[in-house]
Amino acid sequence: MTVLDVKDLSVDFATEAGTLQALRKVSLKVPANRIVGVVGESGCGKSTLINAVLGLLADNGRVTAGQILFEGKSDLVHLDGTGMRALRGQRIATVFQDPMGALNPVLSVGKQMRDIQYRSGRSRKEKDALSVEMLRKVRIPDPEHRLAQFPHEFSGGMKQRIAIAMALLMRPSLLIADEPTTALDATLEVAIIELLKDLQKQIGCSVLFISHHLGVIAELCDEMIVMYAGEVVERGSTRDIFHNPRHPYTKKLLACDPARLARREPRLPTIPGTLPDLRNRPKGCVFQSRCELADDVCSTMPPDTALSTSHVARCWHTDETAGAAA
Amino acid sequence: MLRYALKRLGLGIIIVSVAMVMLFAMIYVIPGDPASVALGPRATPEMIQALRSRMGLDQPIWIQFFRFYFSALRGDLGTEVLSGRPVLDVVFEQLPYTLALIAGAISWSVLLGIPLGCIAAVRRGGFVDRVIGILSVAVIAVPSFVIAIYSLLIFAVALQWLPAIGAGEPGNLASQLKHLALPSLAIGVGWVGYIARMVRASMLETLEASHIRTARAFGLTDRRITYSYALRIAILPTVTLLGVGIGNMVSSAVFAEIVFARPGIGKLVYEAISVRNYPVVTGAVLVTTVFFVVVNALADILIGALDPRVRTSLN
Repeated sequence: MTVLDVKDLSVDFATEAGTLQALRKVSLKVPANRIVGVVGESGCGKSTLINAVLGLLADNGRVTAGQILFEGKSDLVHLDGTGMRALRGQRIATVFQDPMGALNPVLSVGKQMRDIQYRSGRSRKEKDALSVEMLRKVRIPDPEHRLAQFPHEFSGGMKQRIAIAMALLMRPSLLIADEPTTALDATLEVAIIELLKDLQKQIGCSVLFISHHLGVIAELCDEMIVMYAGEVVERGSTRDIFHNPRHPYTKKLLACDPARLARREPRLPTIPGTLPDLRNRPKGCVFQSRCELADDVCSTMPPDTALSTSHVARCWHTDETAGAAA
Repeated sequence: MLRYALKRLGLGIIIVSVAMVMLFAMIYVIPGDPASVALGPRATPEMIQALRSRMGLDQPIWIQFFRFYFSALRGDLGTEVLSGRPVLDVVFEQLPYTLALIAGAISWSVLLGIPLGCIAAVRRGGFVDRVIGILSVAVIAVPSFVIAIYSLLIFAVALQWLPAIGAGEPGNLASQLKHLALPSLAIGVGWVGYIARMVRASMLETLEASHIRTARAFGLTDRRITYSYALRIAILPTVTLLGVGIGNMVSSAVFAEIVFARPGIGKLVYEAISVRNYPVVTGAVLVTTVFFVVVNALADILIGALDPRVRTSLN
């Protein structure tokens, strides 16, 4: 079963300098019980994608085309505020990037965890018992006493564990993790990744894991999606993407990962050129201005070429990219 | 929390002491001899000299000050020059009227200002927000005595809804509240504007915070997010502002008490200054200073109660 099925989603933002197309024809699937990674540079549309799924686009943002099917039935694009609120925090939960600011500073952790359960009809005692159980699962020591404490009394790593506990409190079927380890140091990052992996198995939910850290994606995810300038340029199993990347951007992105360099380089590799202006998108392929394979055909929109049942790249030249691994 | 309260108490004592030095210095340098003013133009030099020594005015200045300081600590603010009654009694007789007036002004400003600020923030950029913005600036700009006179003319003279002068019958709460409505509105209405603007600004800032995004992502209702999650934080600067604003309200109370012919500290000081009844002036100002210090300490303690971060940083 597919938990989240995004089909040809386009999102525009109205800005003073004109319309900015933040997402163009984005399609992706998150199957049940799978961890799907989303990787891309800053500004590639990762956050817009999450906000569109959560129904939390800024006031000037608008879904112009496409569908977001959740659990096979509800199209989140057309769901009203009440219907969306009933899903958020209950069926779709989110862990955000910045653990320092993600919790309300003047309310106790216990109060915030109780408030998330406001639809459950449980008594205060039952709610607290569930919170304690969840905090124990994320390995917060002495959870009974820590419920009464406030966010500033916890360390950054602990706050992120609490955020994860809050997200999983209602046993959602989809957990969206928006760069949950970016603000943490490397040792904590590993611990949080292990914890997420562990809890995902226990609870049996799917995870949409957003990161710009290729190593973390490789470690954690079953499938992955590569985004560039508001488009999904390639998607497939993590194995496919890492060992047989077919979109020129994916190839270059992997080549830039310092962890994958074979020997010491005096200068780290970069991708020449800059992101296209999203207010004035190029016709056709978004990557053409930085691509060595670009030719005349690239000025028309490339098709989503299926390379295997699950491996898709949005490129005209997938024949030429085969084999030559980065 | 206790240690914090003690610290605040110490700070309060220092502020009151400094105020006493300034008060004493001010009276010392004012031209005109209180003894000769008290006795009138026909007093003989001997009579003036006798009163001067009774009031301690012939002592060296530092002895005068320490006498003033330590007797004030004991609650002895001297005696009124004319009637000979203890100043403290005279001041405490008037104090409840002014406290009621200020409490009324705070009620008006908080009960109107906070909801208006929240509504303006939630409807940011809309018609309602603009109307509230214009009204806020308008009531801030108009001096409170102008509002006092106009509200008197409209509600008391033209419409005759509310009484014009006095403080109401003693012991009759309804009558006292009726008499309180207009003068406290006159003092508080400018603060409605200040608080509405302050709450709007801090509310907008708070609503942008990432923990508000978290609350939305957890499906909490907009109502709960605005009034429980955001307002708890957005209210903090307003509490501080009000604590400081009390001093300003006390000075507005002087106008209001004169315009509405109400008893109170403002009227007492005004009348005492015009007849150079210095012990009453110093006594009233001192009591007001202590009141101001206590209110500010309470505001800080209230912030500690509302914001756990402040509480932790103090322990």
